[in-house]
Amino acid sequence: MTQAKPAALPKNRHWFAGIGMPASIWLCCVWIAIVILIGITTQWITPFDYQQQSPLARFAAPGALPGHLLGTDYIGRDLLSNLLVATQTSLMIALAGSLICAVIGTSLGMAAAHFGGWIDNLIMGFADAMSSVPFMIIALGTLAFFGSSPVLFVFLVGIASWERYARLTRGLVMSANQEGYAEAARIVGVPSRRIYLRHILPNIAGPLIVQLTVNFPEIILLESGLSFLGLGIRPPATSLGLMVADGRNYLVIAWWLTALPGAVIVLTTLSISLLGDFLRDRFDARLR
Amino acid sequence: MISFILARFARAVIVLVLAVTFVFVILRVSGDPAEQMLGDLASPEAIAIVRANWGLDKSIPEQFLIYAGNALHGDFGVSTTDGRPVFTIIAERVPKTLIITISSFLLTVLLGVPIGILTAVRRGSAADKAVMTGAVVGYSVPSFLLGVGIIFLFAVWLRVLPSSGSSTWQHAVLPILTGTLAGAAGISRFVRSAMIDILDQPYIAAARADGVPEWEIILRHALPNAAIPLVTLLGFSAGGLLGGSVLIETVFAWPGLGSGFSQAVSYGNLTVVQAMVLTFTAFMVTINLTVDILYAVLNPKIRLQGNDAS
Repeated sequence: MTQAKPAALPKNRHWFAGIGMPASIWLCCVWIAIVILIGITTQWITPFDYQQQSPLARFAAPGALPGHLLGTDYIGRDLLSNLLVATQTSLMIALAGSLICAVIGTSLGMAAAHFGGWIDNLIMGFADAMSSVPFMIIALGTLAFFGSSPVLFVFLVGIASWERYARLTRGLVMSANQEGYAEAARIVGVPSRRIYLRHILPNIAGPLIVQLTVNFPEIILLESGLSFLGLGIRPPATSLGLMVADGRNYLVIAWWLTALPGAVIVLTTLSISLLGDFLRDRFDARLR
Repeated sequence: MISFILARFARAVIVLVLAVTFVFVILRVSGDPAEQMLGDLASPEAIAIVRANWGLDKSIPEQFLIYAGNALHGDFGVSTTDGRPVFTIIAERVPKTLIITISSFLLTVLLGVPIGILTAVRRGSAADKAVMTGAVVGYSVPSFLLGVGIIFLFAVWLRVLPSSGSSTWQHAVLPILTGTLAGAAGISRFVRSAMIDILDQPYIAAARADGVPEWEIILRHALPNAAIPLVTLLGFSAGGLLGGSVLIETVFAWPGLGSGFSQAVSYGNLTVVQAMVLTFTAFMVTINLTVDILYAVLNPKIRLQGNDAS
């Protein structure tokens, strides 16, 4: 355990020491912070109940009606409240999905690296098969056969790119196993599970976190795409993709119904992508 | 090289067989198709008739053989919503999707590759920064949102092109534009970084020192070396366009495979869904096989392998 520390330090130190960030990356961080804040505080900051309809106040443009800062939609629901709740939903799904994806992918990658042989072949073969068909097709097929439920949907979004984590982890674990600290821990009799979780995982966390920032926006796009098709989040719940789908029927008379949720999607994915690119260039050459 | 291609071909066949099996198994696991088709209120007699009609009363292995045999003949049964043969539905949608996908793909390459090369050569210039910012933004905009934006610009605001349907060639313009923009962003970014890596190599410096003109360095020395990773990426982007057709065709109400697939899923039209899954898989297998063959042709390590043996 103590022998492992010095080997771990030089890699991890980058993560804390002087990060010179350009202004654009700062802006991205600010936007991400705002979105996270929205995700946490939605319940308390929505001006209206997001489902509350008021037929007399339909299609109010942003700022046209007092109280409705961003206007209202085609049945008079407050757009700002809807937007906040939708952002929260999309964010929660992307977060849950990312975590599921990371856990499944990392575990399978470790298993492939640890056992080798036919288990390795099976896992990697499955990974190859999954990445050879666009996930959209797999997702639609699964939703058709098993019906759409929120739990299945989150899980589905979560397995979207597990194979990338699996490949990455497998490679990283294989090279980590060659390094002194893992070998040392093994010789003094530390059980395998403990070696992986306590010693190897912290050492390979950097590239995995970068992968998470690459993956997160893709999951947001997948979720919004499926919801846009009416196959993901369904009313009365709401999500950004669903709001775009709803709003596009009224494009001619109320552009804001589509533009505002669309802008939130783009700004969020863009911010996380840019931050991810920045982190990748900064800390990890392997993913380039 | 021949053995490499044969091995890849065998793998493609295996993937297809697996896909057929997978679809069959999942269809049977997800519940009794007869009950799903008729709903909860159907009488037992009606269910029995449907089961007999569809061969659902036979044993599972027997059903699988019949199913696989029929699938080989292109017989996927009839649509559960309108009773038309599934093969006809697929057959009339395939060309529509190919028009959009192939045109978008070609335009993506014609747009993305030159942009990638130019920005790599003029690295750090204002044009490079502008184009790359555009590419990053393009990468973050979901294709359906891009489609909606394009509809707003060309069909609602400028009123120059139709936004939905497929009756005239004008109807194809906006979906193709959407697919192209969505794909070109990724490709130009990739070509740029691949070219930058290669242009920094010593052999490029050597060629420059030798007085080889710049255009020749780029076209004869740098580009062929970027070709191998590029082919892999193009395979992915063709697959991406095909997967993205689900969204783009839905936005533009373009009656192709993608919109048909999402409709079939919404209506729970399982016979169509399974045929769609198989059609998309077949397309993907073809694309991947093409990529593998191109890879073998382009990569001297594989290309010359067979020659050494013979």
